[in-house]
Amino acid sequence: MAKELWKGNEAIAEAAIRAGCDCFFGYPITPQSEVPEYMSSHLPKAGGVFVQSESEVAAINMVYGAAGAGMRAMTSSSSPGISLKQEGITYLAAAELPCVIVNVMRGGPGLGTIQPGQGDYFQATRGGGNGDYRTVVLAPSNVQETADFVQEAFDIADQYRSPVVVLADGLIGQMMEPIEWRPVPKRQLPAKDWAACGKKGRDHTNVINSLFLNPEECDALNQRLTVKYAEIEKNEVRWETALCQDAEVLITAYGTPARIALTALDLLREQGIRAGLFRPVTLWPFPEKALGEIAAEPHVKVILDVEMSSTGQMLDDVRLAVEGRKPIRYLGHAGGIMPTVEEMIEAAKTALKEAQ
Amino acid sequence: MTAAGICTHRLTIVTGHYGTGKTEFAVNLALSLAAEGARVALADLDNVNPYFRPRERKALLEAAGVRLIATSQSCLDADVPAVPAELLAVLEDRTLRGVLDTGGDPVGARALARFQPKIVPEDHQLLYVLNANRPEVRTVESAVSYLRAIEETTGLACSGLVNNTHLCGETTPEEIRRGAALAEAVSRRTNIPVLCHTAEARLLPGLAGLDAPVFPIAIHMKKPWE
Repeated sequence: MAKELWKGNEAIAEAAIRAGCDCFFGYPITPQSEVPEYMSSHLPKAGGVFVQSESEVAAINMVYGAAGAGMRAMTSSSSPGISLKQEGITYLAAAELPCVIVNVMRGGPGLGTIQPGQGDYFQATRGGGNGDYRTVVLAPSNVQETADFVQEAFDIADQYRSPVVVLADGLIGQMMEPIEWRPVPKRQLPAKDWAACGKKGRDHTNVINSLFLNPEECDALNQRLTVKYAEIEKNEVRWETALCQDAEVLITAYGTPARIALTALDLLREQGIRAGLFRPVTLWPFPEKALGEIAAEPHVKVILDVEMSSTGQMLDDVRLAVEGRKPIRYLGHAGGIMPTVEEMIEAAKTALKEAQ
Repeated sequence: MTAAGICTHRLTIVTGHYGTGKTEFAVNLALSLAAEGARVALADLDNVNPYFRPRERKALLEAAGVRLIATSQSCLDADVPAVPAELLAVLEDRTLRGVLDTGGDPVGARALARFQPKIVPEDHQLLYVLNANRPEVRTVESAVSYLRAIEETTGLACSGLVNNTHLCGETTPEEIRRGAALAEAVSRRTNIPVLCHTAEARLLPGLAGLDAPVFPIAIHMKKPWE
């Protein structure tokens, strides 16, 4: 199929429609407002339901209701709006409801800036709401992947009866890139025989609930979730590498910084510095084993983690994977500033010099 | 083709569906006009997009002698739907050539509507930028419907079409020719002439024989890894 030019946010919305999204509930916030805007005009034409809710909290609770009734449901927002949704997300996880949540991150903390950020890594991967739960987190680094991942996210959510987060940064939402609508892998999905959508001759009533007053029952839910999360960790971990086979300096980055890193790698190699990129594609489950193995290779002298975060958040997962076997340096900007190619080159050179 | 050849009126208003490349075209137009010796101002009226707006290229424009009219410094990185009062300078100062970059779609063009009474008496033209690779304007019907909606919102009539068909770094002469066919079909339907096609210098050799001239552009609205 011929390539077309799509804006990241439009591609998110169109991908959801192509994946059979039945219901979208959202509230405008820059830099993701094109998602609800596109949904408002296109989802009803495709037979779906669009609601601009009165708040982010309302939107996520509408997702809870629609997903509980067996619908393919989605919401999207940007950082401060996603913070508001956290209560709903932990309820969705507890009630084991499949849904897709897109976060087009901006700079924080607080209301922050409308420019791109990656400060919501902890929130997405550690479960920003209360209790013991995880969400699968897919991190696209271009518009093509964004279109692919949003479609796949619906299947992953249905397979595991779990919320799935697509974590993009503002640049990916706002930029235009050529993409093609290619088929994404389809999964064999279980029937939604748990959905509260009418008794339909069953001998019991389906109930969607996240309140388990009996501690044994709540413990059993947690045991079930633990087994589910172990299964996801086994099946769903993804990553990509570039020029890692002989890298002395290994850059770890996701999203936009990973794109910037690809240019930096080429320029570093022109200067005779062997640089490689390890890019986690799923942030949870984190590709811990794969990164650990590459980091243990004798040719890797130092690791440079780059994020649009001031203190570094994925950095914690990189440290856990590397297990102290190699020195780790950090380059980060927050508040809407993106690291430049030049900064990355300088940081890689400095890191390598210090390691030698 | 020169920028002066495109800007045959004092004010040139650049409109189109969002993502067609209006800003890249407007920035190139302003830079070329300045290089050709004109006193030129570029007005950034994009209050739809939060990123990739002319104001991000302030230093480049000012170094080239282009006066940038954009929202105040304090709102530079914000999504405040405000139009700078300084816009009146380009509307009223008849010694100044103006390029007005509007936000995408009728929604983006709405910023112009309140200035319509000031624009109409001035020597002006409204251009409509087309990109055949943008899914919402790739058919003649949809392209014309956006064009008519922009005219209705602004209260101004379009007098020229610009074929800015591209696929970012993957653009080929064939893509531009496909866009030319769309632009010509829109032109036949509306009786609005195709003013020019745009192309990066590397693509010019493959573009001989097009009916309208080609305006060479350079890519200024780059992504951080480009």
